[in-house]
Amino acid sequence: MTTVKIIKFSPEKCDGGKACEEACSNVHFKSDEGGDKSALRIMEKDGSYNMSVCNMCGLCIDVCTVQALKRLKSGTVVLDKNVCVGCQACVGFCPRGVMRKASDVITPFKCIACGSCVRACPNGALELVEVDLDEVKEVVYHKQGVDE
Amino acid sequence: MSGPEKSTSKEFEPHTLKMPDGFETGNTKHDWDLAAMRAKHRILAEYTYEKKKVQRGYTGRTLYVNLSTNTIEEKPVSEDMKKKFTGGKGFDLKLLWDGIKPTTRWNSEENEIVFAGGLLCGGTQYSGTGKCLAATISPSTDIVCDSNAGGYFAPYLKFSGFDALEVQGKAKEDVIIFIDGKAGKVTIETAPMEETNAHLVSEQLTHAYADEDTETARQRVAVVSAGKGAEHSYWGCLNISFYDSRRKVARLKQHGRGGLGTVFRDKKIKAIVTKVEHFNGMTNDPADPDKMAAVAIKYNKEMRDLDKSQCNMRTVGTGNIVEVMDTYDLLPTENYRFGSFPKATNLHSPNFYKRFTQVIPDGCWHGCTMACTKAVDGFTVMTGPYKGQKVTVDGPEYENTAGCANMGLWDPDWVIEWNFYCDTYGLDTISVATGIAFYMEMYEYGILNKERCAGLELIFGNSEAVLELMHRIAAGDRSEFVQVAGKGARRMKDWLIQKGWGDHELINDTGMEAKGLEFSEYVCKESLAQQGGYGLTNKGPQHDEAWLIFMDMVNNQIPTFADKAEALHYFPMWRTWFGLVGLCKLPWNDVTPLSNATADEPAKIPEHVQNYADIMSATLGKEITPANLIEMSERVYNWQRSMNIWMGRGTRTDDWIPYRAMGPVTELEFLSRNNKLWDYRYDKQLVENMGFSKEDVDKMHIKDKMKHIYDYRQDRYQKLTDAVYHRRGWTQNGIPTPEKMRELGFGDETEMLEMLQKKIEEDESAGLNVWGGNYQGDEKPPNDDVKYWKE
Repeated sequence: MTTVKIIKFSPEKCDGGKACEEACSNVHFKSDEGGDKSALRIMEKDGSYNMSVCNMCGLCIDVCTVQALKRLKSGTVVLDKNVCVGCQACVGFCPRGVMRKASDVITPFKCIACGSCVRACPNGALELVEVDLDEVKEVVYHKQGVDE
Repeated sequence: MSGPEKSTSKEFEPHTLKMPDGFETGNTKHDWDLAAMRAKHRILAEYTYEKKKVQRGYTGRTLYVNLSTNTIEEKPVSEDMKKKFTGGKGFDLKLLWDGIKPTTRWNSEENEIVFAGGLLCGGTQYSGTGKCLAATISPSTDIVCDSNAGGYFAPYLKFSGFDALEVQGKAKEDVIIFIDGKAGKVTIETAPMEETNAHLVSEQLTHAYADEDTETARQRVAVVSAGKGAEHSYWGCLNISFYDSRRKVARLKQHGRGGLGTVFRDKKIKAIVTKVEHFNGMTNDPADPDKMAAVAIKYNKEMRDLDKSQCNMRTVGTGNIVEVMDTYDLLPTENYRFGSFPKATNLHSPNFYKRFTQVIPDGCWHGCTMACTKAVDGFTVMTGPYKGQKVTVDGPEYENTAGCANMGLWDPDWVIEWNFYCDTYGLDTISVATGIAFYMEMYEYGILNKERCAGLELIFGNSEAVLELMHRIAAGDRSEFVQVAGKGARRMKDWLIQKGWGDHELINDTGMEAKGLEFSEYVCKESLAQQGGYGLTNKGPQHDEAWLIFMDMVNNQIPTFADKAEALHYFPMWRTWFGLVGLCKLPWNDVTPLSNATADEPAKIPEHVQNYADIMSATLGKEITPANLIEMSERVYNWQRSMNIWMGRGTRTDDWIPYRAMGPVTELEFLSRNNKLWDYRYDKQLVENMGFSKEDVDKMHIKDKMKHIYDYRQDRYQKLTDAVYHRRGWTQNGIPTPEKMRELGFGDETEMLEMLQKKIEEDESAGLNVWGGNYQGDEKPPNDDVKYWKE
């Protein structure tokens, strides 16, 4: 595993229609509501759009006590809800705030790079790109040594 | 509100999640025939119960096991019991009160060990929600001693269907109590073949009782055990396992204080095992899980952003304060004679970081992002029965490292070796270290010597002799010294005095125990408030009631007796609350939120206090305020004090502490801090605090200086006691009044109320209802009315 697929966003093509969020919440919750049920979020700021979604850095794997978070052979980081105990450590520790917790559901959820959002965008603002794992990988600080 | 099933998505199901082989500890592998061992078990009693879901943090019943009669039954938890005792330690005390007599001693048939989590215990969202509170009549103190531990047992006991487990009676042969939360069955089984020492028996039973040969199945088993050391000493601790699926090791947390392990082995319990099904953050049935999660996520972000620059708990655990204590002259060194030492740098946390294996988030319960429980893997044991084997050692934590400083052991590898044997033998690291440090000082003075110590050369720093003493204790060595040594500092004092060896005053002043329990590892000579934090306690000198050294000594935030008394009211109450609900205290104040910079009372960490009120509200589904939390504690705290009085203790004389905790006992100790390097600490105090002129002090003989300091400090401790008892609403002899108890809600407990009334009347006849301090000039006792407590 040397590469991983992540979502790339072209803000200039986005019209804020949020079809991507609807598609995503459909994948995770069989719901069209998007918003806090979508792993990918589009935010408007000063007339243009930002997107936030998991970049597969994998820091969350280091903070899970039950090994519910794993990196698959494809490089994608996934959460096994059958193992997860709903502790929210990964949600709090995610450096980008993209491990999400939807209301009414105890287990968090995240982007699984399935591409549903890419297919749903009418403007081609989203694409799945392959990047080097080393470029995105992050290690939690408690593994990085201590000042003497 | 629904559980996780609502979010199932087909997208996830096809994934077969396989972890790469991952981390290897390199530990010695054991070739056990676990099936053959289990085949030797005889079922002595079996009890099938109806499985019940947790409701808002409570299961509504407790489990009672009697090993003398092989009885197993369940008891209901009434609304009254919840209201008065909340849970956790409160339930422990209530069940003990119902089950024992005032004459019950640690080895009495009717003595009990009670385990309880509490209503927040087992919630997986907020950090530190896996604590077990265990209590018994202690062999060291002859009163109730409670001690808390992490690990998986308390959550699993609750998920199995019980708010508490009460074990009474004694088995005739070694037994296991197995609580099968999956099948709804409890058994008492003989266990002749399994090991007794904790690191092995935990491993054996985790594998033997897991449903299948998977890491997940093993993670759903928790084991309580003691060890061979607990069998032969008063220092016995309990080990609670938490199976680490990355290391593939049953790791251990300890109920250290007060000899719980000693009582456990006296009852011939080899282990208690629990097994549960899948659980998650909904299993504790919070009324508002989204609120729980929101508070937890806010806290977890603090950990992510602030821990590294504050305590670095996730990286080195509680050991981060070794260097802080060393800097502030608070690290106990050579039996608390000194608070810092040149060689102490060897034990600073970076030296342990090199030895810790950082493979996982080291929490002792799920969801704890403070994750302070570090481990050394593949450690090669240097002495004793496991010499040459490779093992995982949990810790060392601060108290263990500081305990080694107290014995003058300055090599991190010996700290780990010692820590390993304390745990596996079921010995409390704190009591062992403080006890042996005292024996070493006696050895230095010739009060003990090689002959008197059964051939052991207990000089400060002799790590091999320390380990040898522990091996002998665990092996049941019958020599007089080893027998007494294992009973702790109080019995050692009695023995030395009875033998006529050494000066009585020196022996009593230097052995760091109070109520029969050894002190934990902080030098409190220069902090009067912390002296109270150790002495004016329910169970003995343990910092879990109050840790005020920095507030008092370093930051000077509580200068007057009234200020100190207020702190010695609030903090013991606040800290008691954690034990009522099954929480760890470290996440409260070992990371400080940014809001603290502008908080009115920063020492209380108000934002975190509000978090706790919020998660309790979210669990119960009703509004709980920070003030409510203190009310819960005050009830239980006063109940425990009253139980001490019921058992013939708990008065002013029992709240005494040895002079080593208050000031310099020896000339060496005095001189070591009365020099230029330490800014002539004691000369300065004679002038600034005690009104002597500099000229007088310059002319004064060292013995006179020490005597003035001795008298001054003893009197200050009495004045502090006056102020604290007054603040707590007790009589001058430390008795909670029936009026006070009624005000707290104990109106129906007539036996207790009458006992307290009788005691107060006896104190009145004996002239004990008077202030203890010597008030002169402008000084005034806390209240003009000597009978203030009558109101």
